[in-house]
Amino acid sequence: MTYLAILGAVELGLIYAVMALGVFISFRTLNTPDLTVDGSFVLGAAVAAVICSGGGNPFAALLAAFAFGSLAGAVTSLLHTKLGIQPLLSGILVMLALYSVNLRVMGGAPNIHLMNSPSIFNLWQAGLFAGNAKLITAILVILIVFLFLYLFLQTRLGFALRATGDNEIMVRAAGINSNATKLIGLALSNGLVAASGAMIAQYQSYADVGMGMGMVVMGLASVIIGEVVFGVKPLLRRLLAVVLGSVLYRLIIAFAFSLGMPATDLKLVSAVIVAVALSSGALKSAVLKQKQ
Amino acid sequence: MIQIVELTKIFDKGTINEKVAVANVNLTFAAGEFVTIIGGNGAGKSTLLNCLAGNYAVDKGIIRLDGKDITNLPEYKRARWIGRVFQDPSLGTAYDMTIEENLAIAYHKNKSRGLQPGIRKKERQFFREKLAMLGLGLENRLKDKVGLLSGGQRQALTLLMATIVTPRLLLLDEHTAALDPVTAKKVLQLTRKLAENKEICTLMITHNMQEALDIGTRTIMMHNGRVILDISGEEREKMTVEKLMSQFERKSGSSLANDRMLLL
Repeated sequence: MTYLAILGAVELGLIYAVMALGVFISFRTLNTPDLTVDGSFVLGAAVAAVICSGGGNPFAALLAAFAFGSLAGAVTSLLHTKLGIQPLLSGILVMLALYSVNLRVMGGAPNIHLMNSPSIFNLWQAGLFAGNAKLITAILVILIVFLFLYLFLQTRLGFALRATGDNEIMVRAAGINSNATKLIGLALSNGLVAASGAMIAQYQSYADVGMGMGMVVMGLASVIIGEVVFGVKPLLRRLLAVVLGSVLYRLIIAFAFSLGMPATDLKLVSAVIVAVALSSGALKSAVLKQKQ
Repeated sequence: MIQIVELTKIFDKGTINEKVAVANVNLTFAAGEFVTIIGGNGAGKSTLLNCLAGNYAVDKGIIRLDGKDITNLPEYKRARWIGRVFQDPSLGTAYDMTIEENLAIAYHKNKSRGLQPGIRKKERQFFREKLAMLGLGLENRLKDKVGLLSGGQRQALTLLMATIVTPRLLLLDEHTAALDPVTAKKVLQLTRKLAENKEICTLMITHNMQEALDIGTRTIMMHNGRVILDISGEEREKMTVEKLMSQFERKSGSSLANDRMLLL
C-alpha cells in the first residue's frame, strides 16, 4: 500500500468515524437497530452539497446537515413510540422515504458536483499544514465530536439515554420518559450520521443519491472491529474504539483495494466482515465443542 | 394517603381469554403503613401493584395519592412518588452502568435531567454513605458495573435506589423470591429498615404466609381479583398461618394445597 492510500484511508476513517459514533448511539447505547442511517447519511450529503454549491459556509452546511439528520431520526423514533411500528421497520420506512426526499433536496438530480465550492477541507491552502490540510481538518472535527459526545454521555441526560438502552423498565421507574430519551438518542445519532455525510460530500466533492447504501453496515463494522480490537470499557475507551475501529476498517478496505479487489465488491466485503464479526461468538463455541 | 376506589382491571377484554385480574377493589392505605399482600397465583396481587405504578391502564376506578387523582398519569410521571423493586433482580438496575451511575439516575428522580454533570463529587460521597448502610461492601465498588453484582446485591441496590428519594409509596413485588434463603433474609431485614420511614407506605407481595404475618402492620389476602381478608392491629397479632389457611378456604371456597403459597 502506498503512503497516499494509507493517508486517504485514515482521512476517510476519521470522517466516517462520526457516522460510526452515530451508529454506536443507536445500536449500542439505545440498543435499537436503526436503519434510518442509510437515508440520513445521504440527506446530510445532499443538504451540504446544496449549501456549498450555492457558495454557503461549509461549516454551516455541517450544522444544517446535523439538524436535518436529527429530524429524520426523530421521525423514526416517533413512528416507533407514538404509532407502535417496530423500530426496525420504522427505520426502513424513513430510509425509503428519504430516498425521495434526498432527490428533492438535490433538485431532482441524482448527484451534485462540488468542484469549485468552498469546503472544510480546503480552508487553508497555504501555510504550515497545507500538505496535510485534509487530515488535520478531519482530526479536528472528530476531536470536537468525540469530546462533545463523551461529555454528553456523562450528563444527567446522557445517563438517562444510556440507561434506556440497558433497561427501560428501570428507566421509567426512575421517572424518566423513555420515549423522550429514545427520541433524543435517535435524533443525535442520525444528526451525527448526516454530519458525516456532509463531510464526505465535501471531501469527495460530490454528493450522490446512492452513496448511503449499506452505510449502517459499515458503521456497525467499525463499531464491532473497534470492540474486538480495542475493548468495550470504560466509556472513554469504548468511544475511542469506535473511532479507531472506523479507521481500521478503512485501512482494511484500502489494503483489499491494493491487492486488486474491484471497488464494486466493497459492499460484499463489508457484509462479510460484519457477518464474521457478529458470528464470532457462535463460531467460538462451535470450535470449543469440536475440541471436546 | 393512597385511595383505591372500585378499581377494575380486565385482560384481553372482549375475547374468549378475558380475565378479570382485579375486580372492584376498594382500599385505603395510610402513610407509615407496611402492608403485606398474599394470595394464590392469579389472585391479582401483581396486577394491583402494576395498576398503582402505572404499568397498566385500569378499566375502571380511581387511584388517588395524597388526594390527587393519578389514575391516568403515565408511569414515569407518578414515579416521583413511587419506588419499586421487582421480583427479577435484573429489572431494577441498568446492568451496563456502574453502581454510582445507577444511584445517580435514581437520585435525580425529581430533578431536571439536562446537561448537568451526571454525578457530582458531593453526591458520590452521599452514595458511599448510603451504600455503607447496606453492609455489603458496595461502598468500595462505586465504579463497578451492576452486571457484576449478585442477585441479592442487586436487589439491595434496587431497594436503595427506590428509597434514595423518599417515596410516598414503596411497591415490592416478591422482591426476595428469586434469592437464596440467606440472602432473602438479609434483603428483608434491609426492607424493614428502609420502610421504617413514617412518610412511606409500603406494599409488599409475598408467597410466604409466615413472613406476611411477621412483617409489617397490615395483611391483605386476595383471591380472584378481590380482597377477601384485610387484617391489622390486634386481630393480626393473634393470627396464625393455620387460621389464615382456614379463613382462606372458607372465604374462597377452595384449598391452597395445590398453590405456590408457602405454608411455613
